[in-house]
Amino acid sequence: MEQRNKLALFEATVLPHLNAAYNLARWLLHDDSSAEDVVQESYLRALKYFSGYHGGDSRAWLLTIVRNTSYNWLQQNRSRELTNPIEDAEGLTATEANPEAVLLQRIDHDLLRQALTELPIEFREVLILREMEGFTYKEIAALAELPIGTVMSRLARARARLQERLAGRLNQEI
Amino acid sequence: MNCQELESQRQAYLDGELDLTRSLELEKHLRECSECPQAFDALSLLQRSLRSDALRFQPPASLEKRVRSAVRREGGSRAQTFSRRWLIPAISAAVLVILFAGYLLTRTPADNLVASEIVSSHVRSLMTTSHLIDVPSEDPHTVKPWFDGKLDFSPPVKDLTPQGFALIGGRLDYIANRPVAVLIYQRRKHVINLFVWPAPNGDTKPAAQVRQGYNLIHWTKSGMTHWAVSDLNLAELQQLAEELDNAG
Repeated sequence: MEQRNKLALFEATVLPHLNAAYNLARWLLHDDSSAEDVVQESYLRALKYFSGYHGGDSRAWLLTIVRNTSYNWLQQNRSRELTNPIEDAEGLTATEANPEAVLLQRIDHDLLRQALTELPIEFREVLILREMEGFTYKEIAALAELPIGTVMSRLARARARLQERLAGRLNQEI
Repeated sequence: MNCQELESQRQAYLDGELDLTRSLELEKHLRECSECPQAFDALSLLQRSLRSDALRFQPPASLEKRVRSAVRREGGSRAQTFSRRWLIPAISAAVLVILFAGYLLTRTPADNLVASEIVSSHVRSLMTTSHLIDVPSEDPHTVKPWFDGKLDFSPPVKDLTPQGFALIGGRLDYIANRPVAVLIYQRRKHVINLFVWPAPNGDTKPAAQVRQGYNLIHWTKSGMTHWAVSDLNLAELQQLAEELDNAG
């Protein structure tokens, strides 16, 4: 009975976040079947650690596990993707922005998806957490275990790079 | 605000992380400057585009089923392994459990039932079509007498404004087959419903649980049973319980 209650509570707490879990894993891993495996693995881990969850934002709690599981998976299966970590420079803001980028009137979703896919994982994940999941700087810092200043500078650099890529693509096509 | 300051703060502004004063300064500069709006609009366009549903990956329909059954297998199998390995100790333990059976049977299910009634009432009270407050007042001396003649007991009503819990009113409700008093407190944006009614049993210390994402704390003090429920985090709700439990 105890076990069944715990299971029901677990399902009610974290299963509603399946879409967010899959979206994050899929963006970090780049392919459908790895993302599905990692999501399943994340839920099993979450079940194991559920007694350590004491309320609070269950989506942030689950996504922290999804992120860690994704990184473990990459470490084991595609460690070369993690071998060139970006260098964090504090205080660097949007100064990387390419002036050409500002001429865009609208952004094509396919181009944007491609540009986002090509970003280093450190940039990609902060953008996913900020723009798609709507977490605050503070929440992202806690989730990804980064200082808030690093979250801000990574976001700025990620956006600048995306603008650069999009402008570059557009120029090529023209 | 000048152009350089705007450039360093526009990201925080678009992310909703800039304070009100600086946001207003930034908006003012944007209206007056001929250069800044272009780069600002580009960043804003990028942000809107990234938020589009078109960029989200949707899981296949089968994933939920797959995850659910993996979780149930894991949750179930752990229980099974446990019972096989610990069969004999478990039988001995069962004897002990039977000794407490009366206690468990009479107390736990009733408490569970009450807890779920409390959560339902809390959720219902926050729905726009329902009502939260019968007597809106921050004054305990207005709220407490209001219950006279409506209940066969007089609930303790405490002013906890100095502790950061603002009393906003009271309401009558019906829980566990009896009319009960509900006191409504507010902490920042979080509404706390505090249910109070007479209890036959002795005092119990505050005990917490989570239900449907809501935090609940239950305690009995001076012949009154108390249930506090809210979406407020557990630590702060516990603080409320302790303040009420300690206040005379």
